[in-house]
Amino acid sequence: MLHTAVVLAAASTTDHVGAGEAITFWILGPLALAGGLGMLFARNAVHSALFLVLTMLSLGVLYMVQQAPFLGFVQIIVYTGAIMMLFLFVLMMVGRDSSDSVVEVLRGQRLWAGVLGVGLAGLVIGIVARALTSVSSVGLNGPNSTNGGNVSQIGRSLFTDFLFPFELTSALLITAAVGAMVLAYTGRGGKGSKRTQREMMVARFRGEHDRPSPLPGPGVFATGNSVATPALLPDGSIAPESLSEIIESTPVDEYEHDLAEVANAEASPDAHALTGTEEARS
Amino acid sequence: MSPTYYLLLSALLFAIGTIGVLVRRNAIVVFMCIELMLNSVNLTLVTFSRINGSLNGQVMAFFVMVVAAAEVVVGLAIIMSIFRTRRSASVDDSNLLKY
Repeated sequence: MLHTAVVLAAASTTDHVGAGEAITFWILGPLALAGGLGMLFARNAVHSALFLVLTMLSLGVLYMVQQAPFLGFVQIIVYTGAIMMLFLFVLMMVGRDSSDSVVEVLRGQRLWAGVLGVGLAGLVIGIVARALTSVSSVGLNGPNSTNGGNVSQIGRSLFTDFLFPFELTSALLITAAVGAMVLAYTGRGGKGSKRTQREMMVARFRGEHDRPSPLPGPGVFATGNSVATPALLPDGSIAPESLSEIIESTPVDEYEHDLAEVANAEASPDAHALTGTEEARS
Repeated sequence: MSPTYYLLLSALLFAIGTIGVLVRRNAIVVFMCIELMLNSVNLTLVTFSRINGSLNGQVMAFFVMVVAAAEVVVGLAIIMSIFRTRRSASVDDSNLLKY
């Protein structure tokens, strides 16, 4: 493979950047840079992700322009299609509003990080510009036009020269999938799991709630059994817990007569007594 | 114009990603900055593959993409499990790997 590449490279003439490619570069390069800067400066994490999508799309088109069509499509499908959507999913699960804290834990860290980053950019750009200005590019017209083109050639070298790394890749992917499952798995004893009825009963009697039993129901009498009717305690007074909070606007005096009747405050015939009223008894 | 401009662009993107990793506090955004750095290296590999007239650089960029995908999956799972225990995705809040 390497041998044929060298032969083909020798056979093909030097490639030059055409006007179309230059125009594409000067449109997409600034777009990619703007996406990177937007990702850096966006307060909202979702905006950062979308700016990064812009950068990755531009880079994918730049790959295609640079005679790497396979990588360009893989970039768009895998990076912007899969990885960035995974990012967005996790962002939505973690919470969109979990934005950056403004508090600086290390004093002056942002400033020094900016200075060092700009310094790194200057250094690398200086090196590249100094070392590679006079380099003439060979171009991929040779390898991309023989043996079935770009995709076939990449596949061929994947399964011949790079077979062992390729197999290692499968082990890596399996490990990543299993690791993600292990890390993201919440067992049954986790925070979100539901308690069984027995555990809830024990918790109730341990005093986690105000009272171990449910609240008393409303009163059911011959004159009324609506939810608004309060239940009566054995001494005839109203059980306050039986009054629903939702229907608290119901005036209690409406039931005064009924309450008095039930509490046997009025001299009325006692339905439960076998002997009849007091007058009848006397 | 020569293909060197691509290398300059990728150097700039790499520096932006470095600054982002150093400056941003949200763990997910830090991760995205790492992705940006990997992408800029991919652009470098593709450009060098073109300059040298060999497809080996593109194969290497392909491997970088595979490793980046695996890394993202594991890293996001770690961020989610940290978020589940600490209720925060900030890199300042996670000073312990357990609890």
